[in-house]
Amino acid sequence: MADETRPATSPAEGTSGGERPDRPERRPPRPGGPAGPGGREGGRKYFRRKKVCKFCVEKIEAINYKDVRLLAQFVAESGKIVPRRLTGVCTPHQRRLSTAIKRARNIALLPFAGRAS
Amino acid sequence: MNRTYELMFIVRPDMTEEDQDKLISTLESAVASSSGNAKSVEKMGKRRLAYAVRGFREGIYVLLTVEGGGGLIHELERRLRVTEPVIKFLTVRIDEEQKRLDKIKKIRESRRKTAPAPAETGGETAAVTA
Repeated sequence: MADETRPATSPAEGTSGGERPDRPERRPPRPGGPAGPGGREGGRKYFRRKKVCKFCVEKIEAINYKDVRLLAQFVAESGKIVPRRLTGVCTPHQRRLSTAIKRARNIALLPFAGRAS
Repeated sequence: MNRTYELMFIVRPDMTEEDQDKLISTLESAVASSSGNAKSVEKMGKRRLAYAVRGFREGIYVLLTVEGGGGLIHELERRLRVTEPVIKFLTVRIDEEQKRLDKIKKIRESRRKTAPAPAETGGETAAVTA
């Protein structure tokens, strides 16, 4: 009887330990977690999600200057272009994005400074 | 040497519909006379400007797509500059970008046809978005 129960429980424990998503639930105070390369050890208390490029994930290839709604997501309230390190956009897409934002500014779709009034 | 350009220009908000049509038709005739091809005209309507241009806070946007060489663009821009009700304009060459997009589209489609393997990656991306 004892021999039968033991092998049944131990593989279950092994799989639950092996699964990554279980870990943070058990030990929430661990900062950064397994998927947080940006999180520093011991410094921060919140869990930092790994940022991904919106354009790569959603497969948006055309970054057009006329698409104000899309561009506005990457413009701060001051009118500045939000840096890559904050948005997680990859280099090739950020390059196209900044060009599109600059064009949109030129034709008064986006402000150079300040909020679009 | 045929290139595709997109001309976007803003006219004063108080310009009448007739005057807009007149302006557009003169531009189109200028395109035709420079052996170009006006592919499409789109009136995007009245919009609030992000900043004041010549004292106007709003303007009527018009988008004109043309095919032709650089000389044509030079002529069109000169005309826009001279035309009084036009308060701002922007010309963008779009054929190269379009070529790039078509290429990407083609690659993606060929991938879909040859191997339905991206089911794995599709599941991954779905998990990320969820």
